[in-house]
Amino acid sequence: MLTVIFVMSFVCYMLLGLMPGDPVDLLISADPNLTSEDAARLKALYGLDQPLFNRYLNWLAAALQGDFGYSRLYAKPVLEVLWGALERTLVLMSIAFLLSVLLAIPTGMLAARRIHTPTDYSINFLCFAGISIPSFWLALMLILLFSVILGWLPANATPLGEVGFFQKAQALILPVITLSLVSIGGVTRYVRSSMYETLHQDYITTAYAKGLSESQVVWRHGLRNSMIPVVTILSLDLGAFFSGAVIVEIMFAYPGMGKMLFDAINGSDYNLALVGLLLATLVTLLANFLADISYVSLDPRISYQEQSK
Amino acid sequence: MTRTQLFIRRMMLHRVAVVCAGILSLLFLFALSAPILEMLLNTDASKVNLFSRYLPFSLQHPLGTDDLGRDLLVRLAYGGRVSLLVGFTAAIIAAAIGTSIGLIAGYFGGWLDTLLMRTTDSVIALPLLPLLIVLAVIDLEKLGIPASIANHQDIGLYRIIVIVSLVGWTGVARLVRGSVLSLRERPYITAARAMGVPAKRIIFTHILPALTSPITVATTLSVGNIILFESILSFLGLGINPPTPSWGNMLTNAQELIWEAPTLAFFPGMLIFITVLAFNFIGDGLQDALSPRSKKR
Repeated sequence: MLTVIFVMSFVCYMLLGLMPGDPVDLLISADPNLTSEDAARLKALYGLDQPLFNRYLNWLAAALQGDFGYSRLYAKPVLEVLWGALERTLVLMSIAFLLSVLLAIPTGMLAARRIHTPTDYSINFLCFAGISIPSFWLALMLILLFSVILGWLPANATPLGEVGFFQKAQALILPVITLSLVSIGGVTRYVRSSMYETLHQDYITTAYAKGLSESQVVWRHGLRNSMIPVVTILSLDLGAFFSGAVIVEIMFAYPGMGKMLFDAINGSDYNLALVGLLLATLVTLLANFLADISYVSLDPRISYQEQSK
Repeated sequence: MTRTQLFIRRMMLHRVAVVCAGILSLLFLFALSAPILEMLLNTDASKVNLFSRYLPFSLQHPLGTDDLGRDLLVRLAYGGRVSLLVGFTAAIIAAAIGTSIGLIAGYFGGWLDTLLMRTTDSVIALPLLPLLIVLAVIDLEKLGIPASIANHQDIGLYRIIVIVSLVGWTGVARLVRGSVLSLRERPYITAARAMGVPAKRIIFTHILPALTSPITVATTLSVGNIILFESILSFLGLGINPPTPSWGNMLTNAQELIWEAPTLAFFPGMLIFITVLAFNFIGDGLQDALSPRSKKR
């Protein structure tokens, strides 16, 4: 995992180095009194006259000591800006994730039990619709319906001024719905196919044969066993889920990681963009790691102690 | 029955996929007929006309006009050309990258396999959208590409094809590797190897042809995803640059204008939605029709 982070930090640094302009160019354009000598001195001060690779080494040395630099847009240390944003993104993502998983499991199971019936086909169609819908357009349409036409919910996810918990929650409804709707289709399809395979195993037949009721068989014997592949795929999908959150945050002006990254890249805030990208990667990797751990509770046969390679 | 007939019969069983193929052909015709439509309606879809902004539906402008007084229907047709072009080209490039990586990893195995598949898994797990945004704004001149090319007006189109294919190959790579792993243990491959056929020839004449169906399925499924990525980037103002219309960038202004002109937000997104849905269903249908083990639905 550490290797991936190192490689990512290098790749991201190089990519951001290829972005148009550099911090001093921005200073020059902001202040007409700067002479070219000043600019050269500033560039030397920031180390911008050195090759990109040396700059990366300098950045890495500072970063390893916990110094990630200042954000240009927010005029605060990068980490300070990032923690708040990360927290807000995690709130948004976890609510949406819980919602879509909680809805997808019963729906997928229903489809698997009624496979190749109109119920299954309708669920399948809706899943495909969810996978195919452009998330930003879905957000636009929800804003159009609930904010413009009906006027029930705010289109902006951050209410202005001091507001109570209720208003904050109300402002989160549309972003959460959008994010859940675009991810629920995929999850349901995984649950359906995994459940379908599980239901054709011998031990399920045995369970029926010993007289268990259908709901006992499906919920107790079927669900847990069918969840293992689902957890794998879900953890691999977390990157895509984060991408979805980026769109939702931009659309609803929700000040999370995604919105901040987008603003940082657009506003040439290199430090913020770099650390933000790395943090997003780190969080995704950590989530993958958590998924690995959750196997153990799902399947007692898997143990990480014996697997000492 | 020949294989083709069998394939067509199986495909026909997947009714939704057939309907989707029909819808997609109509969309293609619509995109292709953009200049004809423009001529028939007697408008110029690239000309700004501030006196005819936000016109409602009419015979002259069947879907009305946009914020700059341009005919929405004709612009949708031109935008469709861009979106479909990007979708197909990028999907094919991505399939080529994915196939090569999957073939190498699956056939040669060992550390090469581990390295390539670890890379693939990392790319899948990464939050791709922020990376795409960075890739979309990098300065081509700093990469050593001459200014005459870097500032060309169509560069947005080529750039988006390249960056989307750079991230779109992972699905194909995994699929191809999986198939190669099982294929290369088949007796006919072992026989070929025993006769001393060079690896290159085994790959190209014995393995690759057997992979046509999984690659076709994966590519079809990826077209939809790629169109989604293109539309997102163009929507954010990082893909296809106006005035060239694409379904994504036609939505850019729509968010601010949602009070004045909701139809501007509705139609381009609806077309993206229908196109992506159609590609996904066709991919699903192809999967059922091409995989020999699939049961009759």
